[in-house]
Amino acid sequence: MAGFFARIAPLTPVTYPPLLTTHAPPQVAIEVSGVEKTFRIPTQRVDSLKERLTTFSQSDYRELHALREVSFEVERGEFFGIVGRNGSGKSTLLKILASIYAADGGRVRMAGRLAPFIELGVGFNNELTARENVELNGVMMGLTRRDARSRLGAVLEFAELEEFVDLKLKNYSSGMLVRLAFSVMIQSDAEILLIDEVLAVGDASFQQKCADVFYEIRDSDRTVVFVTHDMRAVEQYCHRAMLLHDGRITAIGDSDEVARRYLRLNFEQAPSGDADMGGLADITLSDVWLEDGGGERITNVEKGSELRFGAIFEAHRAVEGPSFGFAFSDADGVEVTGFGLGLAGDVPDRLEPGQRVRLSGEIENRLMPGRYVAKCWVHREHNYANLVLHSPHVLDFVVYGDSGAGVVALDHHIAATVEAASPVEGGARVEGS
Amino acid sequence: MSAEPANLELREVSGPSALGGGRHRFFELLWLMSVTEFKKTFFGTVLGYVWSLMRPLLLFAVLLLVFTQVFKLGSKVAHYEVLLLFNIVLFGLFLEGTGGSVASVVGQEGIVRKTQFPRLVIPLSVVLTALFTLGLNMIVVVIFMLVFGAPPLLTWLLFPAILVPLLVLVCALSMLLSALNVRFRDVAIIWTVIATALNYATPVIYPLQIIQNETLKHALMANPLAPLFQQAHLWLINDPETESLITAAGGPLPLIAAGLIYVAVCVAGIWVFNREAPRIAEQL
Repeated sequence: MAGFFARIAPLTPVTYPPLLTTHAPPQVAIEVSGVEKTFRIPTQRVDSLKERLTTFSQSDYRELHALREVSFEVERGEFFGIVGRNGSGKSTLLKILASIYAADGGRVRMAGRLAPFIELGVGFNNELTARENVELNGVMMGLTRRDARSRLGAVLEFAELEEFVDLKLKNYSSGMLVRLAFSVMIQSDAEILLIDEVLAVGDASFQQKCADVFYEIRDSDRTVVFVTHDMRAVEQYCHRAMLLHDGRITAIGDSDEVARRYLRLNFEQAPSGDADMGGLADITLSDVWLEDGGGERITNVEKGSELRFGAIFEAHRAVEGPSFGFAFSDADGVEVTGFGLGLAGDVPDRLEPGQRVRLSGEIENRLMPGRYVAKCWVHREHNYANLVLHSPHVLDFVVYGDSGAGVVALDHHIAATVEAASPVEGGARVEGS
Repeated sequence: MSAEPANLELREVSGPSALGGGRHRFFELLWLMSVTEFKKTFFGTVLGYVWSLMRPLLLFAVLLLVFTQVFKLGSKVAHYEVLLLFNIVLFGLFLEGTGGSVASVVGQEGIVRKTQFPRLVIPLSVVLTALFTLGLNMIVVVIFMLVFGAPPLLTWLLFPAILVPLLVLVCALSMLLSALNVRFRDVAIIWTVIATALNYATPVIYPLQIIQNETLKHALMANPLAPLFQQAHLWLINDPETESLITAAGGPLPLIAAGLIYVAVCVAGIWVFNREAPRIAEQL
């Protein structure tokens, strides 16, 4: 029965652990305590016997602490996300869980058989047919040969490749290969799955199928540890998540909160110098920023919060009739909003060399969560043809919060009311709200 | 998906190792990997089997020509051609088993770094594949032996007593070499030279009795492969000229040395591979 272990729906804002533990207490599927991993990176690599025999000085090592004192538990049936920037140690952790690396210290305990999927189609042999590969892969994952063979039908059915069972993999298209590999993973009957960044495979319909399976797995009693950069996937699938940074756990718990922390961390540390502040030399953008209601400069914007905008331009030559413009695009490159304006107030409509212009004001924040970039342009004589500055990437920010449909959240004043039953149509109608 | 959640106990994960993951799984994986590799080389192409026979047979033809026509050796040794073919095929197991496994762990980098399985499977599957090849080639050797009139002997049945110790040595060497090659990538290059040297230091293309220099002959018997091949010669062809092990070695000392080297190689192979297995994935 599904109620065997207690779990919360991923999006309900209930504090974790859940209060509904009327059944048996949740079983621990993975227990990691005090795991340490240090890589010794030789400053000068000695990888031949010749070098070893001819180099007298003992080679120096630089120690890289990939994981420090990492302890956590994953409960049976949980879909557990691990997020972190590149080099945070998440892949190392996954490889230790998968017994590919040995931990230097600490202990890992697991309940049940584990199938690691660090990469799709590991061990696939191009010279063999799908039938042979599925068997080989199954045995590699710890099945007996008979079980591996009996799995074949289900794997091929899911991958929609039944007709190609005896075709050698070298004759498969890349899409077919990915489908087969994903299907092998999905059909693995291990109690614990380790999955590293393998979503988004195949065409749209296959992706939908995969998403359905992920939801199914999430609600089953299988345990999944899932490493990804995709915060939407974390919010969608994970019951809980953990944020690793520099080999340490910096956050663990509610997946939405961890995803938010990740985004904040990611963009606080992103180099700001890559914004193109140059352009044509007549006028330059010397500063551009976003600030919150309190005047604090921010790079991450909470959904729906007060958002203020500022920019400073500096003229190096005289500019007649200047217009300043900004346009904001989402991660898909779709322009969401923008504005263009000329100099305000009772001043001559021209800039002298050395003069500075400040743009400031409020932007109504209807942006949905996601990543946005802003571009900037300036033209003279209020004519779009006379461009004096065009910088495609001056601002980069993230809006975080609960995601929803679309790119903007529009205010709406819509109510759902029950109408008097019409005798002609008969029966009660229920309007969705 | 399992219908009923069984009560699973937490068990410690010990990390990657040479044998980890259960004996059953080890042997199934070993078998499957060797068979697929074998199929790939033999049945992947139309002339697969023929091609694989071509190499020892061509080598055999060349050597036979050189040694019977140039060095006039064939006439001095009873059934030289039978002995030569048998030795080439048997030494093929050694060459293919060790030479193929040196780079095997490095070559399988993709699966070593991406999945967990008993690491020992990789070099041993190469040896097993070489054993399959030996089996196929032996069919030809036996036919050849019967056609060329080497009288069948009861001692032919003792062949496993040669094969098993040879196989153990090949396994130990393949473990040693494949593990070392992860750390030092030139081991593979060095090994090709050593293997060639061993080919000449073992009575493969020549019978031991033609060596005039007694000291050299005694020294050769300290090579663990030499007594094996010499004993095979004794059991293969009934020829009073063939020296027994102790005669060829001129005393027990070289044989004891060979035995000690044999044991040392086996211990080193197991020890080195076991020690390296947990770290192989990181060092690739």
